[in-house]
Amino acid sequence: MGKISLEVNGRKVEKEAPDNTLLSTFLREHLQLTGTHIGCDTSQCGACVVHVDGNSLKSCTALAADINGSKVTTIEGLETNGKMHPMQEAFKKLHGLQCGFCTPGMVMSAVDLLQKNKKPSDAEIRDWLEGNICRCTGYQNIVAAVKEAATKM
Amino acid sequence: MASLVGSRVERKEDKRFLTGKGRYTADINLANQTYAIFVRSPHARASIKKLNIDKALKSSGVVSILTGKEIADDKIGGLIAGWAIRSEDGTEMKCPGNPPLAKDNVNFVGDPVAVVIAESLAEAKEAAEKVEVDYKVLKAVTSTADAMNGDTIHEGIDKNLCFDWLLGDRQKVKEAFDKADKVISIDIINNRLIPNAMEPRACVADYNAASEEITLYTTSQNPHLSRLIMSAFGNVAPEHKLRVVAPDVGGGFGSKINVYNEDIVCSWAAKKINRAIKWVAERSESFLTDIHGRDHVTHAELAVTKDGKFLGFKNETIANLGAYARVFGTVTPTYLFGPCATGVYEIPAAYTNVKAVYTNTAPVDAYRGAGRPEATYTIERLVEKASMELGIDKTELRIKNFPTAFPFKQTLVHTVDSGDYVAGMEKAKQMADYKGFEARRKESEAKGKLRGIGVTSYFEACGIAPSAAVMSLGCGVGLWESAEVRFNPTGQVTVYTGSHSHGQSHQTTFAQIAADELGVPIENIDIVHGDTDKGTFGMGTYGSRSLAVGGIAIVNACKKIVEKGKRVTAKMLEANPEDVEFKDGEFIVSKSNKKKTIGEVAFACYLPGVRDEMKSPLPEGDEPGLKETSFYDPSNFSFPAGTHIAEVEIDPETGHVKLEKYTACDDFGRIINPMVVEGQVHGGLAQGIGQALYENAEYDETGQLMTGSYMDYTMPRADNFPEFNIGYTCTHATTNPLGVKGCGEAGAIAAPPTVMNAVIDALGGQEVTMPATAEKVWKACKNLKKSNAKAA
Repeated sequence: MGKISLEVNGRKVEKEAPDNTLLSTFLREHLQLTGTHIGCDTSQCGACVVHVDGNSLKSCTALAADINGSKVTTIEGLETNGKMHPMQEAFKKLHGLQCGFCTPGMVMSAVDLLQKNKKPSDAEIRDWLEGNICRCTGYQNIVAAVKEAATKM
Repeated sequence: MASLVGSRVERKEDKRFLTGKGRYTADINLANQTYAIFVRSPHARASIKKLNIDKALKSSGVVSILTGKEIADDKIGGLIAGWAIRSEDGTEMKCPGNPPLAKDNVNFVGDPVAVVIAESLAEAKEAAEKVEVDYKVLKAVTSTADAMNGDTIHEGIDKNLCFDWLLGDRQKVKEAFDKADKVISIDIINNRLIPNAMEPRACVADYNAASEEITLYTTSQNPHLSRLIMSAFGNVAPEHKLRVVAPDVGGGFGSKINVYNEDIVCSWAAKKINRAIKWVAERSESFLTDIHGRDHVTHAELAVTKDGKFLGFKNETIANLGAYARVFGTVTPTYLFGPCATGVYEIPAAYTNVKAVYTNTAPVDAYRGAGRPEATYTIERLVEKASMELGIDKTELRIKNFPTAFPFKQTLVHTVDSGDYVAGMEKAKQMADYKGFEARRKESEAKGKLRGIGVTSYFEACGIAPSAAVMSLGCGVGLWESAEVRFNPTGQVTVYTGSHSHGQSHQTTFAQIAADELGVPIENIDIVHGDTDKGTFGMGTYGSRSLAVGGIAIVNACKKIVEKGKRVTAKMLEANPEDVEFKDGEFIVSKSNKKKTIGEVAFACYLPGVRDEMKSPLPEGDEPGLKETSFYDPSNFSFPAGTHIAEVEIDPETGHVKLEKYTACDDFGRIINPMVVEGQVHGGLAQGIGQALYENAEYDETGQLMTGSYMDYTMPRADNFPEFNIGYTCTHATTNPLGVKGCGEAGAIAAPPTVMNAVIDALGGQEVTMPATAEKVWKACKNLKKSNAKAA
C-alpha cells in the first residue's frame, strides 16, 4: 500500500492504494470516475485513454504510483462550466459515437491529436486513432468529428 | 409543426456518453458486494475426474466456492436453444445439456467449472488459482468440415450432428439442373468471427432477502427474454421475483442476446450467499466465451442457360454450432439462412441443406446479419463466378435475373412486399462510376498494381416475425414487440419499449416517432428500455427488428392515445367524436374554432372534474388516466435490399489489399433519422469488410483459440477504411404503417462478398478465402504471374 497523490480534473486527490494499482483501476474504483472504460487486457483498445500532464496515455498501461504528483484529465474533466469541449460537441453533431463505450478514450485521444497537430489530414487522423478501437461507427463520423473540432479549437 | 421523422436530429443519448456519465454494468457497485471469478476449463474436451476446492476455500477473503455439483443439487437449469429444428427425415434436433457450471465434462476452452466468490477481485483471482481440477483430456473435435467424422462429443449424438435440415425441393432442382447449359459450382468457407462488442460482458447480481427478489444487472440486448429463460428454464427464481436490468450496454451485435452461464450462476449464488456479486469479463474471457459467428463450409451450384438465366440453385452447408446449441444457434443457419440463399434473384428451383454440427469450440450463434451474410456470400460469389464463366457483365447478369414485379414470391419462403432492385443497381453504378473502372484498372496496371471491382446485390429478411409463422417453424417464443405510452398529467411523455438500445439510438429515433404521432416536443419525450420492472415485456433488439416491430408498437400505442383524446375532447367540447380531428398536438372540432391541446386533454384525463360542478370530461366507458399499450405482431418480415460496389488495388509484391472505394446504395424504406442510418451503414460495412480482409477466429487441432486477444485477432482500425460512399433508393415497406424496413445489418451482409468479388476480380478469378490476408493474396499473385507467363 502506498499513498497516491494526483491532481485529477483540477482537484487534488490523495488515496491509499496497493502498489500494483493501475491508473485505470485507481480512477474507476478509488475515485469512482467510471467514464474511463476498460475494454481489453492487452492495452490495445484505447477505451481507457486519459491525459497525464497534458499527453494522452492508455491508463491501463501505467501504475498509479508511477505517475504520483501528475495532473490527470479524464473524460469527466473535459467540460468547462458545464459546457462541452469542442471535440465533445463535434462528436455529438456528427454522430461520432453509437454505444458510447469507446467514446471517452476516443475523445481524449483525439483532443491530444489536435494539441499536437492543429490541422490534421484525414490520413493523419486515421493513423493517430490506430490505438483506439471502435466496433460501432466504422470510424468515418469520428474522423469527420475530429476535423470539425479542428475548426473550432 | 415540421415532421421530425426523416430529420437529422442529434442524439439525446450523446451527452451522457460524451461526458463520462454513461452507466454501464461494470460501473455499478452495490453496498457490500463480493467479486466473482470463474474457473474455466483449459482443455477443449475433457472429463472432470476430481475437483478439489479445499485449498482455495482457505485462501484469504473467500466467501464461497460453488461448482457444478451444487448447481445440479439445486436443480438450476442449463442454457438452451431457442428454436427447435427438425431434420429432413422428420426427427427432432439433438441438443446436449448445457449446465451453467460443468459437472462431469467440459466441451470447449473456457467452459466454466466453478465460481470463486471473494471480498475483493484480487482475492477471488488468487483463490481461483488454488482450485484443483483433475481432467482426463480427450481428443477434441474442432474442424467444421470434419466434425461428423470425429469422436462423439455428446453422448447419444451420433456424428456430432444436431440436425440435417432441408428447405426446398431436391427433385425440382435436379430437373432444373438437367436442363442447364452450364453449372457453376463453388466451395466456400465462411470464416468464423468473434463479435467483439467493445464493452466486455459483465453482471452484478443482488438479492433482497426481505422481498425475496433477485436483481440482475447485465450486458443484455433483451432483458425480458433473459428473465424468461432464467426463470422458465434456469429455475433461478419465478419471473415476479427476478428483475433483469440492462443499463447502458456497450455494443452487442448479437453476442449479448444469449443468457450466459455467468448470469445464471451469479443470480443463483447471490441468493445463496445473501450478498451482491459482481463479475466483469476480461477481454480474454470474452474471446473464449462470448458466442462466435458464421463458421460455415458450403458447396453450392447454380444452373444457368448460356444467355445467363438462372434455372436452379443448390446449397449444401455444414454449419458449426460450437460445443452447445444456444438461443439463436439453431435458427441462424436454418430459417435465417436458407430462405435468403437464393438472394435477389428469380430462380425457379432451389434447395438449401444444412448439417449443423457440434465441435469443441465456443458456441456459435447470431452475429450481425446472422445467417443472411452467409447466404448472401454464397449466392453473390456464385453469381460473380457465373459472370466470369459466361462472359456477361456482372451487373447485367444480375439485372437479368432480378424480379420484375413486386410482391416478389421467392423460390423458398419469403414474399417480398416491395423493392426496386434495378433502380438500386443503376444508382449504385452511377455512384461508383462503374463505367470508369476500366480506365482506373489501366492506371493501376501502369503502377504495377492489380485492380478489381466487385458487386453484390442483396436482400435480407428483417423484423423477424410474425409470431405464428416463427412459432410454426420451431421458435420458442413469439416475436412481437410491446410499447407503452404514458402521457403524464403535466404534459411530458414516457415511452416504454421492449426493444433495447445498445448503440442503435432508440432514445432519439423512437422519440422522433412519438413526437410526430403526439405533437409533443421531442424534449418532452423520454424513451425507457432495459428494465423488466419498468416495461411490461419485450423481446429485445436483434435482426433489425427494433424499428420495424418495436417502432410500430409505439405508433400503435400513440394512435390509441389519440383516439382516447378525441373521445375526451368531444365530451369536453360537446361535439361528436367523429368530428374531432387531431393535428400537431391539437384536437380540433371540424368546422369550428373549438379545440383542446393534447396537454389539456391529458390533464383532464388525470383530473377529471371541476369545482362546484358534477361534471367529468370522460365519456362513459373511459377510465381516468392517459396510458396506452400495444403488443404489435407484424404481418410479415421486412425486406431491405441494395447494391454495393467495391474497388480494391493489390500490390502483387506484398499481397497487400487496399480498399480504394466502397459504394453502398441501400433501400431501407422510410428513413426516420438519416444521420443514424448512415452510422448504422458505416458500422455494418466496417464489420463486413473486417470479415473479408482482416478478421478470423482460429482454433488449433487441440481446440485452443489461437486468436484470443487483440494482439492476435485483427480488429479493423480507422486506417483500414476509405471514406464510404453511401446512398439510398426508397420503396416503402407495405406491411407496416411507417413503411420502414431496417438498416442495422445491411453493411455486414453485403460487404464481405462485395470486397471478395473485387479481390478475386483483381486476381483474375482465383479463389481466395476470407480474410484475404496479404499472405494468401501474395501467393495468389505469384500463381497469376506463373499462369500469365505460361499463356504468353
